[in-house]
Amino acid sequence: MKIIEVRGLSKNFGNIKAVDNVSFDVEEGECFGLLGPNGAGKTTTLKILATVLNPDSGSAKICGYSILENKDEVRANLGMVFEEMSLDIQLTGRDNLDFHACMYHMPREERKRRIAEVLKMVALEDKADVPVKDYSGGMQRRLEIARSMLTNPRVLLLDEPTVGLDVQTRRFMWDHVRDMNHKQGVTVLLATHYIEEAEYLCDRMAIMNQGRIVAIGTPSELKDSVGKSVVSLTISGNSSGEFTRMLSGLPWVENVQQKDGQIEIGLKRENINLAEIADLAQKSGLTITSIKLHKPSLEDVFFQYAGIPVEEE
Amino acid sequence: MNVLEVEGLTKIFGDFTAVDHISFTVPEGEIFGFLGPNGAGKSTTIKMLTTILNPTSGEARVCGYDIVRERDEVRRNIGIVFQDPSTDRFLTGRENLRYHAVMYHLSPKEIEERIDEVLDLLELRGREDTPINDCSTGIQRRFEVARGFLTHPRLLFLDEPTIGLDMQARKRLWSYIDKLRKEEITILLTTHYIEEADYLCDRVGIIDHGKIVAIDTPQNLKHVAGSEVVRVEVANGQGTKFADALRAVDWITAIEYDGHEMRLSVVGGERRIPEVLAVASQTGTPITSVELVRPSLEDAFLYYTGKTIREEEGSMQDLMRTRMRKRR
Amino acid sequence: MENATVSRGSRVSRLIDPLPIYIMWLREMKRMFRVKARLISNLLMPVLFLAFLGLPLSMVSMNGSEMFGLPPGVDFLDFLAPGIIGMTILFSSLMGGASVVWDKEFGFLKEVMVAPVSRFSILLGRQAGAMTISIGQALIILLIATLMGVNLQNSPVVLLSIVFMVLTSATFMGLGLILATKLGEMEGFMAILSLFQMPLFFMSVALFPLDLMPKWLGYIICLNPFTYGVDGMRGALVGISTFPLLLDLGVIFAWAAVLAGLGTHFFSTMEAD
Repeated sequence: MKIIEVRGLSKNFGNIKAVDNVSFDVEEGECFGLLGPNGAGKTTTLKILATVLNPDSGSAKICGYSILENKDEVRANLGMVFEEMSLDIQLTGRDNLDFHACMYHMPREERKRRIAEVLKMVALEDKADVPVKDYSGGMQRRLEIARSMLTNPRVLLLDEPTVGLDVQTRRFMWDHVRDMNHKQGVTVLLATHYIEEAEYLCDRMAIMNQGRIVAIGTPSELKDSVGKSVVSLTISGNSSGEFTRMLSGLPWVENVQQKDGQIEIGLKRENINLAEIADLAQKSGLTITSIKLHKPSLEDVFFQYAGIPVEEE
Repeated sequence: MNVLEVEGLTKIFGDFTAVDHISFTVPEGEIFGFLGPNGAGKSTTIKMLTTILNPTSGEARVCGYDIVRERDEVRRNIGIVFQDPSTDRFLTGRENLRYHAVMYHLSPKEIEERIDEVLDLLELRGREDTPINDCSTGIQRRFEVARGFLTHPRLLFLDEPTIGLDMQARKRLWSYIDKLRKEEITILLTTHYIEEADYLCDRVGIIDHGKIVAIDTPQNLKHVAGSEVVRVEVANGQGTKFADALRAVDWITAIEYDGHEMRLSVVGGERRIPEVLAVASQTGTPITSVELVRPSLEDAFLYYTGKTIREEEGSMQDLMRTRMRKRR
Repeated sequence: MENATVSRGSRVSRLIDPLPIYIMWLREMKRMFRVKARLISNLLMPVLFLAFLGLPLSMVSMNGSEMFGLPPGVDFLDFLAPGIIGMTILFSSLMGGASVVWDKEFGFLKEVMVAPVSRFSILLGRQAGAMTISIGQALIILLIATLMGVNLQNSPVVLLSIVFMVLTSATFMGLGLILATKLGEMEGFMAILSLFQMPLFFMSVALFPLDLMPKWLGYIICLNPFTYGVDGMRGALVGISTFPLLLDLGVIFAWAAVLAGLGTHFFSTMEAD
């Protein structure tokens, strides 16, 4: 079931097209990433979906509810972690959670139980009654995650959840989001400029640049789309002419190039048998001293589609 | 010559030892990475080295000057790029640079010459007359770096220089920091992005619980963290025979096989790949992918500092930082 | 979905939503008491006014009150106290509007705005909290004023002053809200706020009687909604008023309805970014 459907969403700020005709779908239970440089329109897209901003045109549905006409139903099904901190720092962690639960009409008994549960989940039980202003950045972030899960939302919107966190806290957050996605079946929509984060968490992703979606797919689809894999080998032994000719004859080889004792084989498809290369070498009396399969990385994909902006504005 | 020499530096707050007898040296021209989880003592150390805090005991010398007794000399020889935005948002880049240079007693002629130089080096030409507020965060950061080494410091502190920047802006800033090597400058860099340290640093020191737990080149640290693994993908679960054959090989220390992917811990690195393939062709095993996976510097970092989250108390600074998150 | 609960999806938020209103109100209370310095500083200024303006001038007025344009035998302190109570309400109510901007600046507003609660309820809870604080402070000042020797009317009409306090508070919370929703950054907001609050306070009958003012200023004073709030409070509390109480009540009610209504409208339609 499609739990998020976005159709032709656009939003301008003055002359800037922050979001420009964006459409995508997210299946229930999926972790979907919006990956792009700063200013690509990820945050604006999330804010529109969270009903915080109104789109200039286009529409979107979350759990079947329109973000324009059924705002309250949309909100009731969403958990959101914003890029900027959105806690009341004068209140304690527990007060913040209690506030949130009340805003979502949670009855008293359930409120108590769930607050205890989520505090435990993010390991903040001991700090629950300390004002948030005495929390570290990482603790604040964990509290925000806990809060977003408090009402058991079906969809979680995360905007740059790990910016500025140290390695330990970042890994904790990743594992935690993954748990919620895998074990509790929560659909996650994640905006990030952090490639590793998208790679670690997302089943599918859309790459955004200058307000538009420039590519969309699973990580491996995206990798395939930017280029084929290349095998590079170095061999010892004389006369590799026959060897390269035999290589060129293989059905999955696109082309063979040779320079400085190194052979580069462009591949037609992904799934090949590398052992065949070793076989051929052996038959030609050659020894392979090194062999490397280079697949495009998600970073290659990112730079291919989102590019290095010629002029940063 | 060592630009930075630290000996038994210690800082105690009440009954909490933030920095616990740390010693290290940084030779001239090096980019030294200072890594550690939150609350490990990183920022306290930096504050002592930049003469903002006084050590409880121990000593440190910057370019031979003592950080306590000769703090003015120390300040004259260091440049700092703070983690938080620290340019005046309403002034232009050039005005910010000029203001800084005046504080450091450069003569008016020197100032303009030097500003032109750094603008060229960081490719900031054409941006210098725009108010900082109207520049992208990447450009803002570049102006801050430009300001950091404007006055020819011999030791430059870069505190989380790329935090909040996206991949493009980050890579760009890395290339500029790399270029600074030309200026014969020594750099002490702190960062949470371990790959940043891997990319930029000649040596890395890892600090945890106030102590330096490891100090070495990124390469050597990775070796300690774990062995190299050859990852082999075997087509349609035909790997059992292959695995049996590999068990007889003496340079393979461990084999994991889940019916699809095989992970071989090897001694000897890249040159073992052809040998693995040779075994595959002997046993008639179809291999769809083979690659060597080296432990990353992040693995090394976690090896030394563990996975536990640090519970540090937040400070006002932390708070402002989270609020600035958007602005960056 | 192992622990799915009933508390989502099915429920459409109502115009008046008791639990969220209560928690919004409670938050205002907690914040107020958590920042003790604010509590004290909010009370300090009115007390200083009473002590250092009220008491000395009261001494002067005893020797010849006609110079203040007061009816004979009326103590200036009696006259001033309702003005100062009005001032507390004016300032704290305008700030009540400001708290929306504070939240906006610090991101908390988003947390509130994405909750499945009608904007009207959000506003009601928040304004109820701000009003409780505002009127609570006013009552404390009233208590202090009586301890300093202000003579209240010995009649149930005194209770009418609470109605004036509520209406005055609603008027200026409305104004604060209008300014807050229409202005983005906090720096600008603070400047504009003081641009409003001082003239509103001084160009009214809070400090001195209308008769004492030049004629041109008198016209402005009559246009200022704060004048009617203060005059009503004064009439109800100590029995001196420039206009008939019913006129005061009518005018301040009208202002409250217009400004609070407009503020609510702006808040309901604003984006929370």
